[in-house]
Amino acid sequence: MPSADVLIVGAGIVGAACAAELAARGADVAVLERDVVGSGATAAGMGHLVVIDDSPAQLALTRYSQRLWDAMVDADPSQHDHLRCGTIWVASDDEELAAIGPKQALYAANGIASQPLDAHTLYELEPKLRPGLAGGLLVPGDSVVYPPRTALALMERAAAAGARLLHGEAAALLPDGVRLADGSAIRAGAVVVATGARCPALLPELPIRPKKGHLAITDRYPGMVRHQLVELGYIKNAHAADGDTVSFNVQPRPSGQILIGSSRQPGVATRPIDFPMLARMVARAVAFMPALASCTMVRTWTGLRAATPDGLPLIGPHPARPGVWLATGHEGLGITTALGTAQLLAAQLLAQPAPIPPEPYLPQRLPELAAVA
Amino acid sequence: MPNVTVFVNGARIQMPTGSVVAAALAAARAPARISLGGEPRGPLCGMGICCECRVTIDGQPHRLSCQVVCAEGMQVSTDEAGIL
Repeated sequence: MPSADVLIVGAGIVGAACAAELAARGADVAVLERDVVGSGATAAGMGHLVVIDDSPAQLALTRYSQRLWDAMVDADPSQHDHLRCGTIWVASDDEELAAIGPKQALYAANGIASQPLDAHTLYELEPKLRPGLAGGLLVPGDSVVYPPRTALALMERAAAAGARLLHGEAAALLPDGVRLADGSAIRAGAVVVATGARCPALLPELPIRPKKGHLAITDRYPGMVRHQLVELGYIKNAHAADGDTVSFNVQPRPSGQILIGSSRQPGVATRPIDFPMLARMVARAVAFMPALASCTMVRTWTGLRAATPDGLPLIGPHPARPGVWLATGHEGLGITTALGTAQLLAAQLLAQPAPIPPEPYLPQRLPELAAVA
Repeated sequence: MPNVTVFVNGARIQMPTGSVVAAALAAARAPARISLGGEPRGPLCGMGICCECRVTIDGQPHRLSCQVVCAEGMQVSTDEAGIL
């Protein structure tokens, strides 16, 4: 029977990052994956490494993680399909333009460079945007990656430090490990659950809801989009607890392709394309960038974000299940925050000092986890 | 047999009427495009599925040359720079 000091369930980018970090710190690590590395939400997401300021805790984690990404990418840029395109938050009207000053001040207070753009400069940078927009905020430090490649690179790094990748599906948690779907078991002193939207299958008490998203990608149109473009209403839309929302969010890929997002459907866990939803999303993109209407779309797909009630991830010990640890609930920020998550989780699990305050992300904040029958 | 004249990267090519543009590429000895890895690409499936035969026709990129019939005066350009 296989055993490990730490068993990580799920080899998405979060599980892979945790494996690499724990193994680097000398832990005996195994990773259990039912499919292939980086094949779930990791493969579905945009790979936008972005600072998000909707709460101080989110800002702290995204900013810290972004620094870790920068260090990792600088060490080997080819490994991640990295493109430092920056983000432009696009303001449609004067009301949204008024939000840019405070946003820039908040970024500056946290050491993040950003540059307000008047309408003239916005069109100089992104001539394909529709006329009549008010301006924007350029965040040059943001970038994009291809997440499955990074997940694989992190697993390779973990393996080089002694971690083992095991193939199988976790069916249930045991007091001292995990039982697999085939009836076998893996013994582990600690189990890290990092299966994203699937976490409730192992931990029914977890208040994690799926949020389905659609993406579309075009053929190659080099230079048509130069920065990741996101409408300023994005965060407001992303946090709408109920009801389906779409936002303008497009990304230039290193190949010249354009990745088109985004949609959010809280509580929807089905994977097939929802064509009316896709149409809404694409219509939103075309409304901001009419030239997209003449582009060829070559592929569409969906993914499931793991959403928590308060919009922050769960990183740390399960308060009512000894030996069970959580690294999940990242919603749409799992790619950006995977590296920060791994540092926080490894530090706590090995009783070492945490690099940033871990409290906002501790699972114990959720009343649903206090008592497990 | 009536002919139609098209231009492939500026070169004048006479094709039998009804020919698809992919045939004109073959006549012009031109690959359709260059892959991201720098390799030449041309028609593979011949039925509009594989998208390997993409060319720019009259300024419109990513047309499938195996699915477009040659028209008089058509300007076909292949992606010699490897950017499409």
